[in-house]
Amino acid sequence: MIDLFARFGRSWLQLFERLGRAHLFLMQIIIGLPALFGRWYLLIKQLYATGVMTLLIILVSGLFVGMVLALQGYNSLVRFSAEEALGQFVALVLFRELAPVLTALLFAGRAGSAMTSEIGLMKATEQLAGLEMMAVDPYQRVYAPRLLAGFIAVPALTAMFGAVAILGGHLVGVEMLGVDAGAYWSQMQSEVSFRHDVLSGMLKALVFGFVICWIAIFEGADCIPTSEGVSSATTHTVVYSSLAVLGLDFVLTALMF
Amino acid sequence: MESVNTSEQIGTPWVKIRDMHFQRGSKSIFRGINMDIPKGQVTTIMGPSGTGKTTLLKLIGGQLKPSKGVIEVDGQNVPRLSRNKLYELRKSMGMLFQSGALLTDLTVFDNVAFPVREHTNLPESLIRHLVLMRLHAVGLRGARDLFPAELSGGMARRVALARALILDPTMIMYDEPFTGQDPISMGVLLDLIQTVNRALGLTSIIVSHDLHESMSISDFVVIVSDGQVIESGSPEQLRASSSAWVQQFLNGAADGPVPFQLDAPDYRDDLLGVVNKTAGINAMGKS
Repeated sequence: MIDLFARFGRSWLQLFERLGRAHLFLMQIIIGLPALFGRWYLLIKQLYATGVMTLLIILVSGLFVGMVLALQGYNSLVRFSAEEALGQFVALVLFRELAPVLTALLFAGRAGSAMTSEIGLMKATEQLAGLEMMAVDPYQRVYAPRLLAGFIAVPALTAMFGAVAILGGHLVGVEMLGVDAGAYWSQMQSEVSFRHDVLSGMLKALVFGFVICWIAIFEGADCIPTSEGVSSATTHTVVYSSLAVLGLDFVLTALMF
Repeated sequence: MESVNTSEQIGTPWVKIRDMHFQRGSKSIFRGINMDIPKGQVTTIMGPSGTGKTTLLKLIGGQLKPSKGVIEVDGQNVPRLSRNKLYELRKSMGMLFQSGALLTDLTVFDNVAFPVREHTNLPESLIRHLVLMRLHAVGLRGARDLFPAELSGGMARRVALARALILDPTMIMYDEPFTGQDPISMGVLLDLIQTVNRALGLTSIIVSHDLHESMSISDFVVIVSDGQVIESGSPEQLRASSSAWVQQFLNGAADGPVPFQLDAPDYRDDLLGVVNKTAGINAMGKS
């Protein structure tokens, strides 16, 4: 029984110890961010690796999500003869919730996991140790550009997800189901507030991008430098990021709306 | 058993280790080790596998922190240096990792140019000259456009050597530089290490199992085992040593004071399955 308590206590201590390490790690990255001035090529490279390489999956998913939303929304709205409100419905659901959350989940699966495995392999092959021995700080050269890239990429991808999804909604709602095009766009324009709905969604995306990259980079840098360690760190990134995104989404929604 | 090589023996020490303890988990790697590494000479650190030689290099480079004791490099206590001062000190250190530790997303040329581009504002034309000279010295000028994944282990280590030398460090640490080298490359490497050392007055520390090769270019040899310095001195002094331990190590004999087998249960009982299954694992953990 005492053994059970000891094990329970130990696992909690380990959890808090790791959380503490993750926060110190984040602090070091933030301290390293100013070093990016004048070395924008590092950021651009990461924006390409995380943002551009995730674009295709975001656009395709966005298109389908918009199409499904329009289909489901139309079937419900048409019962109350309110199908003109389809544009408003699609846009509100997208900008407030689906665009930031789904983009973040897809980003965690595509870019976050890649980030963790890349950093984990750099650790396993002593590349990080090599950088340190060449007096090159990995916080400045490896981690900071990745954190900033995720911070920029997720809101940009969210905006693109939303735009493509609205077009997908238009394709199904207007072109296929016969909703009036003018009603689709004008309802959206009059009922969706840029500041309250769109910017709030973007703020969520900023937070998600930051948290996903923090988790991904920390998991990579803190992994056990073996093939098993890297693989389990990659899995942790996807699981923890997804849970963090969904949990934070609730908190942010409660605070914002 | 432990001996500290005195300053009379070696001249001015560049690296000074005093009463250094280091633990990895519950396993004690160094227990109050003392060592001096002479300035401007080639020092080889030898010892059985798993004795912590690579760990020692990492401790000297400040990548690991000892639990107790002093590690001085050029008069600076490495474990107590601030991050900035440690990075300043590392600019004068070169390290050749066992794996090469080349950046996999850069070509051989860019890997060698990397430290120069990071720490200096030299024009690209000059960097090109510096890189090609170093690559030529290790015989890999023709591999400049290859990526590390396209190199063999021995070639990667030679590129890493070129990279370690590019900033003209005052001290260089080589972790198993001769592993995976063909006889020609081995000869060139030995010559290169010796020439660089003599020409630039470098302090070189080599960790190697290639006894004859490393002893042939060393001014000073330190044998480490079980967390302690067993013997140190010039290669001639070591060859003439009366210590059974040193003689067994130098002659590569299986029988002697150093057991070839890790601490393990009785062989016969083990094969017959008489011993507890975890005994062997425990024995491994203790070693």
